[in-house]
Amino acid sequence: MVFRTRRLAAASVAAAAATALVAGCASGSGGNSSGASGDTLTLWTHNAGNSAELDVVKKIIKDFNGSQDKYTVKLQSFPQTDYNNSVVAAASARKLPCLLDVDGPNVANWAWGGYLAPIDVAGSEVPVSDQLDSTVGTYRDKLYSFGFYDVSLAFFARKSVLNENGIRIPTMDKPWTKGEFDAALAKLKKSGKFAYPLEMGTGGSGEWWPYAYSPQLQSFGGDLIDRDGYKTASGTLDGKESVEWGNWFRSLVTKGYLAKKSGADPNKDFLAGKSAIQWDGSWNAAKNAEKLGDDLAIIPPVDFGKGPKIGGASWQWAMSSTCSNKDGAQEWLKFSRQTKYFVDYAKATSTIPATDEAATQIEDYRPGGKFAVLGRFAQKYATLRPVTPAYPYISTEFQKAAQDILAGADPKTALGQAAKNIDNNLKTNNNYSG
Amino acid sequence: MTTNTAAPERLRPVRRTRTNNARRRESLTALGMATPAVVLLIVFLVVPVALAFALAFTDARLISPTPARFVGLRNFTQLFEDPVFYKSLRNTVYFAVVVVPLQAGLALVLALLVNAKVRGVNFFRTVYFLPVVTSMVVVSLLWTFLYREDGLVNRVISTLTLGHVQGPDWLGDPATAMPAIILMSVWQGVGFHMIIWLAGLQTIPAELYEAAELDGATPWHRFRHVTWPGLRATRTFVLVTITIAAFSLFTQIRVMTQGGPLDSTTTVVFQAVRTGYDQQQTAYAAAISLVFFLLVLTVSLIQRFLTREKD
Repeated sequence: MVFRTRRLAAASVAAAAATALVAGCASGSGGNSSGASGDTLTLWTHNAGNSAELDVVKKIIKDFNGSQDKYTVKLQSFPQTDYNNSVVAAASARKLPCLLDVDGPNVANWAWGGYLAPIDVAGSEVPVSDQLDSTVGTYRDKLYSFGFYDVSLAFFARKSVLNENGIRIPTMDKPWTKGEFDAALAKLKKSGKFAYPLEMGTGGSGEWWPYAYSPQLQSFGGDLIDRDGYKTASGTLDGKESVEWGNWFRSLVTKGYLAKKSGADPNKDFLAGKSAIQWDGSWNAAKNAEKLGDDLAIIPPVDFGKGPKIGGASWQWAMSSTCSNKDGAQEWLKFSRQTKYFVDYAKATSTIPATDEAATQIEDYRPGGKFAVLGRFAQKYATLRPVTPAYPYISTEFQKAAQDILAGADPKTALGQAAKNIDNNLKTNNNYSG
Repeated sequence: MTTNTAAPERLRPVRRTRTNNARRRESLTALGMATPAVVLLIVFLVVPVALAFALAFTDARLISPTPARFVGLRNFTQLFEDPVFYKSLRNTVYFAVVVVPLQAGLALVLALLVNAKVRGVNFFRTVYFLPVVTSMVVVSLLWTFLYREDGLVNRVISTLTLGHVQGPDWLGDPATAMPAIILMSVWQGVGFHMIIWLAGLQTIPAELYEAAELDGATPWHRFRHVTWPGLRATRTFVLVTITIAAFSLFTQIRVMTQGGPLDSTTTVVFQAVRTGYDQQQTAYAAAISLVFFLLVLTVSLIQRFLTREKD
């Protein structure tokens, strides 16, 4: 009897606990939708684990909280891999914080989806017009976000290796042409010192593919989508120039210039001398310079016909549409727009500062500095990834097509299928006009 | 007299209440014990499945400013025109058809081996079971390195053949990618089913073997006429669980190949996740899941029918 009662009690407790757990999950989405309680605002960043950049964010928050009595900003940081999912989940539950950061190419999608609110930062120390174009996120002529820095792609090589093989070291005035680049790769391959002379990070995944390779497609004259209205990809992504890019991209593998799938750490392989030329981000410039010193050549992208191109836009700051204290959020955004913070960011993360004024305060990036050329790449060659809510879809389709091409698919078929899928997606989404 | 008649009359209702009470208490206990499982089942199984059914006929998206609209069978017509879907379907079936007999058979062989009464048998049981308790993500990452063109697998092949055979780029070649994943998956999963077989083996009474031995049965005869019939229930269980697990192949693909090269390793579940999360097409992913659900249901029903108790 006693035993039975006890068992029943235990079972009931377990049941109650399970119910409470489930109920707790359910009520999580029913709370307030503010992202701020009174004048305390929450801020989300993708920088957990990236202490250099996180420290700058913390510093701005601390300065802001100390500069006035009205608002308090509270930080919550996420690891980068979980960040976008967390934002999407929070947005579905209408629990977004007031302030959040967003990867540049996603701004249009999130703005269209109603996650972000347009911002007004007029009257801040640094005017938006001073910034690199690629560090400002606009959608339908409204400002949604801004970043403190950008990154740039470049070729890295050893001057000594290029000289040994009689290869010209290009400059921004006279970048490599397609013919020159192919000839250089042929020479390096023939030297027998490199299994794969070119390293372009083909082992990477996700956004790296469109970021790294779609600028080359654009330099051939192709593009991811027809940017006139963003209504179709057919004729552009599978057009003549795009297919030419595909054929060239494939030829890198068939000729043995490029590994179909590069190693876990391409930069390490380059520094170890396994590859001669590396297509990589400016974030590795400092590390390369430290190892190679004056032997390091920072080379502009190849001009495949329509001029050298690189991708633009990195992480930027924005305000959520559900924020209940938009004045406070804009106050913080405005406050953060001081040249000293632009300098702090660039220094902490070895990225390209978003304004010229900040650049002059950083030794490596001021005119004549070691990495000033990277800033000029960002100024002159940066092409934004298509500013359309369809971008996340386009990105996955391009990624698959490019991977298939390297694996041996016919470029025309692969790009054709991607264009068809994108058009279909645009159609079923009513061209993202909703 | 009075006491004699009164006693049964007094006793009967008392006894009845006691049984009623006991019964009520028992059903309450049952209810209390079932509740947690039922609640979890409803919240995490019934509701999502019902949602997937409903969403498959709408244009719901992961990120969207407009509410989902009913679009009829559009997702399904689109799905049946999608070449990648057919490749996913084919790969999934291919994987299941190879893995089910291979893994079940190998697990049985291992179970028979470690069922022997020799010293150190626990050591081997542990060794074979070790991959099961390791996370599939970790195993996949590890094997990605082993399978590289200059990885351990190819080094071993090269050494064993004195440098005459240069192994392929296992995961980078459409011809070898799926077999490579199959091999790894069997290695990882075989220990679990070995344990199930082992449990089955140990339910077979030792007397039967003794009797068979006295009758002069060879080891093969003993297996054929004692072990095999004795494993009947275990067999059904192993078959059904491996089949369902094989159909839901996902983790290995996500970590090792992302469906490539040239769609040679894409599977139905992988395509559903890619469509639903990476491409934000929630409704389309729901349609894929629905087709997948019907597929697994059909196969399970066929298996249930084939392995039913005939007598």
